[in-house]
Amino acid sequence: MALAGAGFRRWSTYRQAAVAGVFVNTVFGVIKLSILLAVADSAGGTVAGYDRVGLSTYAWMSQGLIAVVVIFAWTELADRIRTGDIAVDLARPVDLQLAWLAADLGRAVWGLLSRAIVPILFGAAIFGFRVPGDAAALLLLPVSVTLAVVVSFACRFMVNLVAFWTTEVRGPVTFYILVAGLLGGHLVPVQLFPAWLQAVAYATPFPAIIQWPIDLVTGQASGWAALGIVAAQLGWAVALLAVGRVVLGRATRRLVVQGG
Amino acid sequence: MAEPLLVEPSARTVARPTAAGAWMALVRSRVAAQASYRSSFALDIAAQALIGLVEFAEVYVVFSQVDMLGGFSFAEVTLIFGLATTAFGLADLVVGHIDRLPFYVRTGQLDAFLLRPLSALGQLVTSDFSLRRLGRVAVSLVLLTVALVVVDIDWTPARFVLLLVTPVTGAVIFSAVFIATSAVGFWLVEATEFANAFTYGGNYLSSFPFTVFGSVVRRTFTFVIPIAFVAYLPALALLGRDDPMGLPGWASWIGVPVALLSCCVAGLVWRAGLRHYTGAGS
Repeated sequence: MALAGAGFRRWSTYRQAAVAGVFVNTVFGVIKLSILLAVADSAGGTVAGYDRVGLSTYAWMSQGLIAVVVIFAWTELADRIRTGDIAVDLARPVDLQLAWLAADLGRAVWGLLSRAIVPILFGAAIFGFRVPGDAAALLLLPVSVTLAVVVSFACRFMVNLVAFWTTEVRGPVTFYILVAGLLGGHLVPVQLFPAWLQAVAYATPFPAIIQWPIDLVTGQASGWAALGIVAAQLGWAVALLAVGRVVLGRATRRLVVQGG
Repeated sequence: MAEPLLVEPSARTVARPTAAGAWMALVRSRVAAQASYRSSFALDIAAQALIGLVEFAEVYVVFSQVDMLGGFSFAEVTLIFGLATTAFGLADLVVGHIDRLPFYVRTGQLDAFLLRPLSALGQLVTSDFSLRRLGRVAVSLVLLTVALVVVDIDWTPARFVLLLVTPVTGAVIFSAVFIATSAVGFWLVEATEFANAFTYGGNYLSSFPFTVFGSVVRRTFTFVIPIAFVAYLPALALLGRDDPMGLPGWASWIGVPVALLSCCVAGLVWRAGLRHYTGAGS
């Protein structure tokens, strides 16, 4: 809890950056939604179960989530591995992975307050927004967003661990952002994908980070389906954190062998 | 008299290097530095090519749902996409790293640049040519070529010249946007992201036909920030189509003056920023 609070306070010092971030998220939201609305127009009003308001809700939720689940580059851990500061982290009497997770949840709360709310309100005012009518989905939404942050963290944690082997992680991180963003449904809803690409996307944890929490709001998932989404997110979160621990264990053994 | 001792020794004893020679040396050293780790460099280029393909995936997904987008076919949008991303890739290669200006300000590197007898902007630009971005440009060129083969173009000498000139004018326009928006960093040091709305946002926007956007976005990115001249308007001329939004036909052919004008504006903004700059206090 203390670590989460520290994570929140640390990020909240960058206010100018937050304002710029909101502006950029909003501009990209307008571009993305314009393209999706043109698709709906060509398809005769609705596409893959989305009407115009549904697409607007999707576009602004996905823009709002950027700062919460960190869709873009995150190399903090890799930077500490490269510089050797990781040795200090490992010597601390707290679990490395859980400590970073706690700090990341604190960062996510700041991201939600500073960068998610304004673009969503702007989009809702200008382009329309559908408030979920389904009680189950509405109640599960906070749980789902939290789990999305955990799944995202577990993935980013592993990508950053690559630094133990290569030190330079720019390539893997860029690759991760692109693939996770596309297959997670950040650019276009997964429901619009051709069947084969949908199958590929749902075989990865990435929809658990972006598409599924949004589905609860747009009404693409309700009732039991909403519960199924949260259960699947929980499964991914546990599994990926566990794999991350195994990888970390191997990496630190290697670090010790090299004399860190 | 002791006076001559105060004269800079290089001014007398060493042959004064020409400015052009100094620039060439700077560029050569950057290129050599990046190409020296061959396997890593090849991997970087491959990764950039992949980025280009993932970017195109959005267009592919959209056209898996519909046959036309904003009145344009898959091949026509691919033509616009190819022109836009080629131009952006070239601009990103040459000046893209300028968005690291706040980093140079914080570390005091900019002060070092200012002390040298070469322009600070030029030194910033030559500080890091990102040659790996050639991988992305290559993908864009392949997509552009495929689109040119598939779409029906009534080739005339004028259209051929337009096709050759467009990626260059587009790259110049994007470079001007990079420079002008990064110069904002002189005033707002923590707000680098602000520039992304116009650089990366411009790239995103320019890859699609302007008919899909609302009038505010369309006018802003035509008359204020001339992104429409990068790909959409030249593509209309290549396809022999009128702008459904009512811009006159000649607007497709004035990319070169628009690019030059953008450079002038970007230069003025940069100079104003540099004049505002008073150092990081170190």
